[in-house]
Amino acid sequence: MAQVQDIEISDSAARAAQATEELQEVQGEKMVLNMGPSHPATHGVLRIVLELDGEVITKADPDVGYLHRGDEKIAENMTYTQFIPYTDRLDYLAPLANNVAYALAVEKLLGIHDKLPPRCQYIRVMVAELARISAHLLGLGAFAMDTGAITVFLLTFTEREKIYNLAEAASGARLTTSYTRIGGVMRDIPPTWCDQVRQFLKEFAGALAEAETLLTRNRIWVDRLRDLGVVSKEMAVDYGLSGPNLRGSGVEFDLRKNQPYLCYKYLDFDIAIGSTGDCYDRYLVRMEEMRQSMRILEQCVNKIPGGSENKTNEPVCIQDGKITLPSKQKVMSSMEELIHQFMLVTEGVNCPPGEIYFGHENPKGELGFYINSKGGGTPYRLKIRAPSFINLSILGELLPGCMVSDVPVVLGSLDFVMGESDR
Amino acid sequence: MSALESANKIKAKFGDLISEPQEFRGEISIQVSDAERIFDICSFAKKQLGFDYLVDISSVDNYGEDPRWTVIYHLRGVASGRELRLKTDVSEEKSELPSVLPVWRTANWHEREIYDMMGIRFSGHPDLRRILMWEGYSYFPLRKDFPLAGKPTDLPGVAFTNPAPLEGGPFVTIPSSGDATGREPRVRTPEE
Repeated sequence: MAQVQDIEISDSAARAAQATEELQEVQGEKMVLNMGPSHPATHGVLRIVLELDGEVITKADPDVGYLHRGDEKIAENMTYTQFIPYTDRLDYLAPLANNVAYALAVEKLLGIHDKLPPRCQYIRVMVAELARISAHLLGLGAFAMDTGAITVFLLTFTEREKIYNLAEAASGARLTTSYTRIGGVMRDIPPTWCDQVRQFLKEFAGALAEAETLLTRNRIWVDRLRDLGVVSKEMAVDYGLSGPNLRGSGVEFDLRKNQPYLCYKYLDFDIAIGSTGDCYDRYLVRMEEMRQSMRILEQCVNKIPGGSENKTNEPVCIQDGKITLPSKQKVMSSMEELIHQFMLVTEGVNCPPGEIYFGHENPKGELGFYINSKGGGTPYRLKIRAPSFINLSILGELLPGCMVSDVPVVLGSLDFVMGESDR
Repeated sequence: MSALESANKIKAKFGDLISEPQEFRGEISIQVSDAERIFDICSFAKKQLGFDYLVDISSVDNYGEDPRWTVIYHLRGVASGRELRLKTDVSEEKSELPSVLPVWRTANWHEREIYDMMGIRFSGHPDLRRILMWEGYSYFPLRKDFPLAGKPTDLPGVAFTNPAPLEGGPFVTIPSSGDATGREPRVRTPEE
């Protein structure tokens, strides 16, 4: 005897709705995922402890310090000049900018930061802007690569190579430049340097345009970046963000404009700001900053006092035997210069007692040095305000709500360097 | 309103707590005599005077002096561009002052760093853990009585904890009129 049973088959839309309902009822366990410290997307040794609900991040705890070297402690134990090579290793993507920032801080303590020879100021601005382009290029290349666009990385690294060549021509080193000295720069730029910069600018304009065609209106790139990691204006100020991350949120603040140092007030350039503060805005701000740096460089190579060959013998260092080293010729022939040289090398630049803070607009943000001096050739306390350190502190608030695959995008858009963050 | 006027406004509000503003290289500093009031002063500076951006918090170890610690706050108004430095002293026995985290959220990592490096605690900080050194490290390396070469710690295998191979570094100089051996010792002890 056959048994008849009624079964109910609902239509497909109702089935889908029911399945979603059931799915929502499933109480998944939260998983803790340890990202880093050695992970290609963390650009160094950043570790983030992620708490996940499925693929959605519910909590993020960034853990820094894997690259801590004790730079501030080291600085207390050596003369001001001896610390210059350590500044190369802060933001190692823009060592020239760090050199300039540190030299200006010590010069502010000495009270000579606005009395630098004009040629020195122009050289410093040029190397700092080259460093900005170089750092943004690496940030952009790595950012695009983490998002899946490897071509851009190859383009940007080709251009960075040319900047390394320029750094080598000026300072003798490609990465650890140590180009500045207290009261000037190590040596004048070579006679053909300005032409090399012009040549670079010409080639770079094409490469930047090409990178832009690959990304700016690329559907995948825009979809992944837009409305992700949104930092509001208030949040950016509250968290002390600086540099492109602050301006990406629409805050018009750039130390080159707001507290002009060196010869920036004689140069014509604009500040790029974003509107929504998402990853895409931060990307656009960096692209525009590179274009503005090109503008600054073009003006500098034309306006540099003495021209590229320095036929009028403009000084590149402050002419003060108590601050900068005399020329070798003078050391060998004059007693007074010999004494100056001896005192500078053995005891360092004699700084007055006092305390200063100097903030420099570095590629990553505001690199600040707080120097507390009790007089003499060594700082009593030197505090480095590292922009990457402070920019990273927002991660714990920015990441929750994102998917795991968004983490490399948010990290890439914040553009940090652990060498600087951990000091 | 200039930075000096802001400093005078803080002085008018808090009276004897605040020292006369000092100027050095165009920067205005004021000293706060009672560290316990630093939170009130900071929140007044932010809400009433527009110092909405905390640039940095630093700390100084005045080793051998009393009070031993100085904590330094660098304030900035983003719109106005004004900058002001607040300083306050904390004694070694107390080693504690109120956290300014509710005023500026950026203070979170700054205060953690000062706790990590100097051992000054911030009351009211919700998450005062070590940040640059590892959890369980028993020293505060930026104190002046901590040797440059480092100290061995009792966590073998966790990190490289022996004094650095250069034993203080070959380029570490004390400015003095002594001879080269005295100026650049292989190992420097804090008493020197």
